[in-house]
This record gives sequence, structure tokens and C-alpha cells, in this order.
Amino acid sequence: MPELTLEGVRATVPPGTTVLAALQNAGLSPLRHSLSGGARGALCGMGSCYECRAVVDGLTVRSCLTPVREGQDVWRLEVNCDG
Amino acid sequence: MTAEWEAVVVGAGPAGLMAALTAAQGGLRVLLLDAQPAAGGQIWRGAAAGQRGKAGELLRGVASHAGITVLSGAEVIAAEAGGQSHTLTVSAEAGLSHIHAARVILATGATERFLPFDGWTLPGVVGAGGLQAMSKGGLDLRGVRVVVAGSGPLLLAVAAGLRQKGARVLAVAEQAGLPGVAAFGVAAARLPGKAREALELAAGLRGIPYWTDAALVRANGDGQLQSVTLRRGRREITLACDFLAVGFGLVPETRVAALLGCPVTDAGAVNVNAWQATGVSGIYAAGEVCGIGGVDGALLEGLVAGCAASGQIERLHDSPRRAETQRRFQATLERSFALRPDRLPSPSPATIVCRCEDVRHGQLQGFTNWTAAKLQTRCGMGACQGRVCGPACQTLYGWRFGGVRAPLAPLPLSQLLAEPNTLSPP
Amino acid sequence: MKALVIGGGLVGAACADALARHSALNGQRVRVTVLEPGPVGGGATAAGMGHLVVMDDSPAQLALTARSLHLWEALAPALPRQADYHGCGTLWVASDDGELAAVEPKRRAYLAAGREATWLDAAELARAEPNLRPGLAGALRVPGDSVVYAPVVAQFLLERAGAAVRRGAVTELRDGGVRLASGETLRADLVVVANGIGAVSLLPDLPLRQRKGHLLITERGPVHVRHQLVELGYLKSAHGGDEDSVAFNVQPRPTGQLLIGSSRQFEQPDREIDWLLLRRMLRRAAEFLPALEQIAALRIWTGQRCATPDHLPLIGPHPELDGVFLATGHEGLGITTALGTAELLSAQVFGTPSGLLQYDFTPARFDRVPEPAHA
Ligand SMILES: Cc1cc2nc3c(=O)[nH]c(=O)nc-3n(C[C@H](O)[C@H](O)[C@H](O)COP(=O)(O)OP(=O)(O)OC[C@H]3O[C@@H](n4cnc5c(N)ncnc54)[C@H](O)[C@@H]3O)c2cc1C
Ligand SMILES: Cc1cc2nc3c(=O)[nH]c(=O)nc-3n(C[C@H](O)[C@H](O)[C@H](O)COP(=O)(O)OP(=O)(O)OC[C@H]3O[C@@H](n4cnc5c(N)ncnc54)[C@H](O)[C@@H]3O)c2cc1C
Ligand code: FES
Repeated sequence: MPELTLEGVRATVPPGTTVLAALQNAGLSPLRHSLSGGARGALCGMGSCYECRAVVDGLTVRSCLTPVREGQDVWRLEVNCDG
Repeated sequence: MTAEWEAVVVGAGPAGLMAALTAAQGGLRVLLLDAQPAAGGQIWRGAAAGQRGKAGELLRGVASHAGITVLSGAEVIAAEAGGQSHTLTVSAEAGLSHIHAARVILATGATERFLPFDGWTLPGVVGAGGLQAMSKGGLDLRGVRVVVAGSGPLLLAVAAGLRQKGARVLAVAEQAGLPGVAAFGVAAARLPGKAREALELAAGLRGIPYWTDAALVRANGDGQLQSVTLRRGRREITLACDFLAVGFGLVPETRVAALLGCPVTDAGAVNVNAWQATGVSGIYAAGEVCGIGGVDGALLEGLVAGCAASGQIERLHDSPRRAETQRRFQATLERSFALRPDRLPSPSPATIVCRCEDVRHGQLQGFTNWTAAKLQTRCGMGACQGRVCGPACQTLYGWRFGGVRAPLAPLPLSQLLAEPNTLSPP
Repeated sequence: MKALVIGGGLVGAACADALARHSALNGQRVRVTVLEPGPVGGGATAAGMGHLVVMDDSPAQLALTARSLHLWEALAPALPRQADYHGCGTLWVASDDGELAAVEPKRRAYLAAGREATWLDAAELARAEPNLRPGLAGALRVPGDSVVYAPVVAQFLLERAGAAVRRGAVTELRDGGVRLASGETLRADLVVVANGIGAVSLLPDLPLRQRKGHLLITERGPVHVRHQLVELGYLKSAHGGDEDSVAFNVQPRPTGQLLIGSSRQFEQPDREIDWLLLRRMLRRAAEFLPALEQIAALRIWTGQRCATPDHLPLIGPHPELDGVFLATGHEGLGITTALGTAELLSAQVFGTPSGLLQYDFTPARFDRVPEPAHA
């Protein structure tokens, strides 16, 4: 089972899990804050809303389209510096 | 030209899988690509190749066919139709690639229609199909309280699916009225092979309240969803829950088709003839990109498109009849779940409509079309590029979403800076 | 007096506003109607970069841009927040000593035109813009330049002018009026042709050419710049000739996004993205701002500048058609110069004073005399 770090904390998750599910199962909510400061979470689960973006190994990706992989380093977007 | 594929299928859902397999059986060298990390589309997403039944068979058939190359995690971000050869530009982890193809089969499916209401931006408010997708992606729903609301048969499939994953589904709130829903149930049960499925679904839903004529009023919570308020008749009901799974039907995903210049119907679906051919030579479309009709219709259209693209007309002897049955079913579906303005959530002036740029309902009133509103308010200018607020504005204000432009998705600049490669057939 | 303005881009909106204001000041009632088939500001106005910049390719250009910047400063306090007006200033970046040599004459010209301009050496430049690559020679800082989101300004000016906006395209200029696509004719004492490149369909002999440009906007991201950054080479080599060209030109949006330009291509009237040219443009930008590699592109689009042979706009009476004035041909500076254009046009129409009257922007300066088209 892949082991990754979610905001610095190690987690082991079943293969085939998305990074989004890993974040959600770890209780890391909200995923971001909107321009006017509102808390936001994932909406569509299929790659079209861009609410689930997270930084995986330094790159901003849609976490619902990103499978977990061994050794990934995952962070939520910083408050108010996303889009 | 050796660098050219005989056929490229965009989208590896039921329609795309079937089209790819059929075209390959007809002797074509096929590239099947999809933005998702694995084949299967919205309904069979994830590792379903091991499973029994139609899904497993099809996924195994595609995976083992020597004539098919499958590329997952690859999103078409630009497309240009040429007379003989069409060019698709694909973004994947490895960077940008150009793909040249004599024939393109578009099987890009559909997305959920979201409508804004107070509280819909709270974490915990998710798409109905969206929550289903998240659960298939590993979200743990055991013991979690879910209210399912909105419209369409997908709500029922989702409720059953979520419950199977251990969720406590408190209610399914459908805006359509009972007569419509009943008519749909009868039509669905009449489809070949569907009666049994309907029974299974009914069993999966046993004990879950199904409220027709129900309107979604608002989601409540501070920084996180805590409860949802619904209206049945004159009565408002508030249910405490962890997720509100909400969707108001599906919208064909026609962006790639739009870049290729394929004509679209008034209902927003790609226009195809009996052979699934679009108005652009060499370009076919199949599945929900041509109209919302469920997995069986998608499979059938995939078969027709695959046959038509590879010239296997003889395989299509009974498809006109099947297509007719399917069309009737689709028409009933549309009628049964037509959105009723008095049952739809009504946003207040402060309700956010464009979630990327935080543009509110009050700012958008008074405009007459999408482009004008976008230029003046930034509505649709964010990362999702109108995928969420476009259909919402269409329902709320009657604006036709316009201005589909490449790139269809935000791209790392590093991909644009690097030399793209050309992905050629093996 | 009844005035028709053809085109609801920023130039048309600014002209409508100037005409209306004249009537407010002088008691001469001017009723302005703007004719526009699309959304307000949906043409080149929406495609442009919105850099309000003083340029000194010619004395006339310097006078027009400097006066316009002054008018923008006066307008700024009235603008709605969504206009994103932001006084970030421009840094003209010199890569080497050759380009450095161009700085001093430019600085003097700006000062003479009443625009502040200061010299930053290599160390000061690095402090001002830490994301620029090391090793640049220096920069000319023009603190009075700004950026704006032009479609919102166009809408604001039309509302302020109290102008009636009518949906519809003009198909023909007629004696004392215009004909619309609907077949209807409208009469007016004054017709202002301000429909950008669309002017050639009404007056085919106008010396106007399209010059296509690509722009890319990034997501809100971790890479920040404080000024609009333009390479000094922009002036001489980069966009001088007729060949396809690219130059480093990056703008910080108040939203935290970066807007990246610029490219120039003649005779490419389509809207398609030229991926090769785009890559050249981005590589040029990344040479100056290597951190661009780390951010994502949100949208990419192209637009058409409307260029004249001497790169100056056509502002003034049509040489042959009574009551017809032109305000077009602003190439890559029409957002900046819309306000100066409107002031000059109003001065020409009403005989009021303007410092810009001493330069020849009139269409008559070209040999070829424009003729009306008969649709
Ligand atoms: C979120 C969601 C969840 C659903 N869940 C269920 C369910 O649980 N049960 C059920 O019965 N029905 C479900 N449906 C409905 C179901 O998807 C349809 O009935 C049917 O399967 C559609 O098949 P399709 O092949 O036409 O499209 P889809 O299955 O939607 O497949 C389309 C594929 O195209 C890909 N694609 C789109 N654009 C691009 C692009 N630019 N580049 C690359 N790839 C692209 C997508 O990633 C997707 O995988 C769901 C629908 C949605 C939207
Ligand atoms: C890529 C690019 C970058 C640029 N960057 C800058 C910059 O940083 N700073 C700057 O100052 N300038 C910039 N510009 C230039 C600037 O955008 C233009 O000069 C300016 O927008 C011109 O405004 P306009 O009102 O004349 O034209 P437009 O905005 O094109 O308006 C003309 C209007 O007329 C309408 N029309 C057309 N035909 C008819 C008809 N027959 N009847 C009625 N209406 C009609 C059109 O629909 C349109 O709305 C840039 C341009 C481009 C393309
Ligand atoms: S949840 Fe919508 S893009 Fe991932």
C-alpha cells in the first residue's frame, strides 16, 4: 500500500485511491479558501470544477484526477493565494 | 502518412470503450485516451477490469486488443479539424503531444448541472454523481449521513451506491413530480434487460425516503455543511447531515466537439446522424455527448460509431430498431425530469454563482448574454472556465454558454515552453 | 446636435463620453447614440493587455500617450473597482549595454513630456523585481504608467455619457447618417467611425492592416512582479519590422495573475493560436522571468490590432464625407490613447482648444483618400 505524506503527516492508503479521497479521509477540510474568504471543498469529483486542487510534489493538480503514489508529498492550497 | 492514427477515441467511458473495441475489430489502429487516471468513464471508473458482467468484459476486451493503444491521464486541450487529418493536442504528465488522426470519435460524456443556492459553496455540498465518484475514488462513507437532492435518475443510482458503501442516506429529494417519475419508471422497466436492474435498484433503495416535488432551499453551516433545508409542499424540513449530494441532471460535455466545429443542438448536445457522424467529415460522436440517455444508449452509440468509422455496416442490421427504443426512452427521461422553475432553488443576490471568481447572483442580473456578463463581472474567467457556472447561467438566466477556447484546461507553463512531441501509432 | 458613434469599444465609448461632456460644459445639447452589434468592449478592447503606457516612437505618439496618461489619472478616482485600475508603473528592462544606451535619451524625452522617469542600475532592478533573472543591465522606471481592465471602463464611460447603446452593425455610411444591417437608416449631424478594424468594411480605402497578437494569463500563483515589465528591445528590434516577432512583456494583474505578451504578426486575420509563435513568446518571457516555469497558464487568446503605416491613429474629419469623423487605427496603444483621442476629436468637432491639435493625426495625412463603400 502506498505511503505518502499529507501536510507532513505520514499516511498509508489503499492503491487506487485518489489524492482527494486521501485528503478527505484524513479530515483535511477545507481544501481552499475562495477569493472572498469562503471555505471550499471538492464539488464534482470528476475534474471539471477545480475546487479540489492541491499541491502534489510541488505541482498544483486536480486531486480528484490524481491517484496516490508511493512517497507523494501533498499539501492543500495556501489560504487566499489560489484561484 | 505514417504518423497518423486511423482512429482516435476521446473518452474511455462506456461509449468510448465500445467504439474503440468495435473500430479495432473492424481493422483500424485505434488510440483511446481519457483524462481520468483509469478507463471506465463516470460509471465504471477505477479498477473494474476484474469485475464480472458487461463492464469487465469490455474493459478486458479493450485492454487485450492488439489494435488499441490506451492512454489514461491524457486530456485533450486543443483540437483542430482538417480536411483529411485532424489534430488533437493532449496534455499529460509527460507534457504536450500532438496527435494526428484520420477519424475522431468523440465520447466525452457529460458533466453534472449544478445550480446555485444559499450555502452551496460550503465544503460538504458535492455533486450527486460527484460523491459517487469520490466514493469510488476511496472516500470513506461508512456511517456518514447523506442527503441526496436535485433531479434525475442518477440520484437513485447514487443513493443506492452510497448506501452500499455504508453511508446513511437520509432522503432523496427530487424536484420532478410523481407522475413524471412514475412514467419514467415504467419506460425504464420496459427496456430490454432493465426490469431486473430496476428491481435490484429498488432493493438497494429500500427504506430510503424518496420525495418527489421536493425543492432544495438552502445548505446551512459555518465553514462546513451542517444541515440542509428542503421544502415539501408548504413545509420546510431541515436535516442534519455530513454531505449534501446534489445535481440537476447532466449536461453534454461538448468542448472538444466545439473546437472541432461540430454543430450542436439547441439542447446543447452534439448533433449526429443515424451513423453517429457529426457535421464535420471524419468526426463521429457517441454517448452522452450526444444527449443524456444512460449507459445502454452510450454502449449502443459507441457500437454504431465504431462500425461507421471502420465501415462495418453489416454489423448494424438491428441497430435502427434499438436506437428507436433508446430514443423513446431518452424522450421520456427528458420529459419526466424536466426542470420546473418553481421547484428549483432560488439564489439570493448574495449567492455566489461563479465559484472561481466569487461572482454573485446580484451582480449578474441585468445582463443579456454570457459574453457581456463575463467581460463586466469576470463570471466564468476562473480555472473551471465556465464548466460549473456556464450551465448554471443557462438555467438561471437563459444565456447560451459561448466562447470555448483552447486550452480547455489550465496547463503548466513548463508544458508550453517545452517542445511538444508527436504521438504516433506503434 | 445628434451624434452617432459606430463601435462600442473603448475608443467609441471615450468619444461618446467626450461629446456628452462637451454638451454638459457648453450648454450645446449633444445626443449620443452608440451602435454596437456585440457586447460593449468585446472587440480588441477585450483582447488587449490594458497597459497604460507612455511611448516615444515619434513626437506625436509621445504627446498623445503622455496626454492620455494624464487624462487616465484624472479619471481613475471615478472608475469602479472592477476596472482594476492599478498604478504599477513600467520597467523598461535593458539586458545589455547596447540597450542601456537607449535609456538616457528615452528618459529625457519622457521628462520633457512631463512624465517622471528614473534610472535603475542592475542592483536596484534586482531589488525592485527579485524574480527577474540575474545579470540584467538595468531599467528605466516610469512610475506614472498603469494598467486597467478596459471592457469595464468602456461600459462605465457609456453609462456616464448617458449614451444610448443600440445593438446593430452599420453597413454603410450615407450622407448625413448611416444604414444598419436591419436595413434601417439613422440620421445624424455627426458620425464618428470608431469601430476599429471594422472601419475598413465601411471605408475600404483606409490604410489599415490587422496585426495579430497572442496573450496568455496565468493562474493566481506564487510568482509576483510589481511593475509591468517590458524589454527595451521591444522598441527597436522586436516589433519594428514586418516579420513575426515576439517580445518580453509581462503585467501583474490586481488579481494576482500575470498577463504575458507579446507577439506581432501581419496578415493573420484568424483567431487561431499559433502554438509555435506562442512558445517563442513564452520562452522569451521565461528568459527574463525564469520562475514562470512554475506556474500554470489559465487562458490563451489572440486579438487583432488595427495598424496604420505610420503607427499613429486616424483621428479627425474624413477628407470627403461631411460630418464623418474617424477614430481608429490605434494599433497596440488604443487602450492608453482612447482618452487622448476622445479629447482631440471633441476639440476638432467643437473647435475647443487641445495641445494635441498641433500634431497631425488626421486621415488626410495619407495620400490615398478614403472612399465610402456602397453595400
Ligand atoms: C460524475 C458522474 C457520475 C456518474 N455516476 C453514475 C453511476 O454511478 N451510475 C450510473 O448509472 N450512471 C452514472 N453516471 C452517468 C453515466 O456516466 C452515463 O449514464 C454513461 O455512462 C455515459 O457514458 P459515456 O461513455 O457517454 O460518458 P462518460 O462515462 O461520462 O465518459 C466520458 C469520458 O470522457 C472523458 N473526457 C471528457 N473530456 C475529455 C477531454 N477533453 N480529454 C480527455 N478525456 C475527456 C472523461 O474523463 C470521461 O471519462 C454518472 C455521471 C457523472 C457525470
Ligand atoms: C494582443 C493585444 C494587446 C494589446 N495591448 C494593449 C495595451 O497593453 N495597451 C494599450 O493601450 N492597447 C493595447 N492594445 C490595443 C487596444 O486593445 C486597441 O487599440 C483598442 O482596444 C482599440 O479600441 P477600439 O474601440 O478602437 O476597437 P474595438 O475594441 O475593436 O472596438 C470596435 C467595436 O466596433 C464594433 N464594430 C465593428 N464593426 C462594426 C460595425 N460595422 N457597426 C457597428 N459596430 C461595429 C465591434 O464589435 C467592436 O466592439 C492591444 C491589442 C491587442 C490585440
Ligand atoms: S472535485 Fe471538481 S475538479 Fe476535482
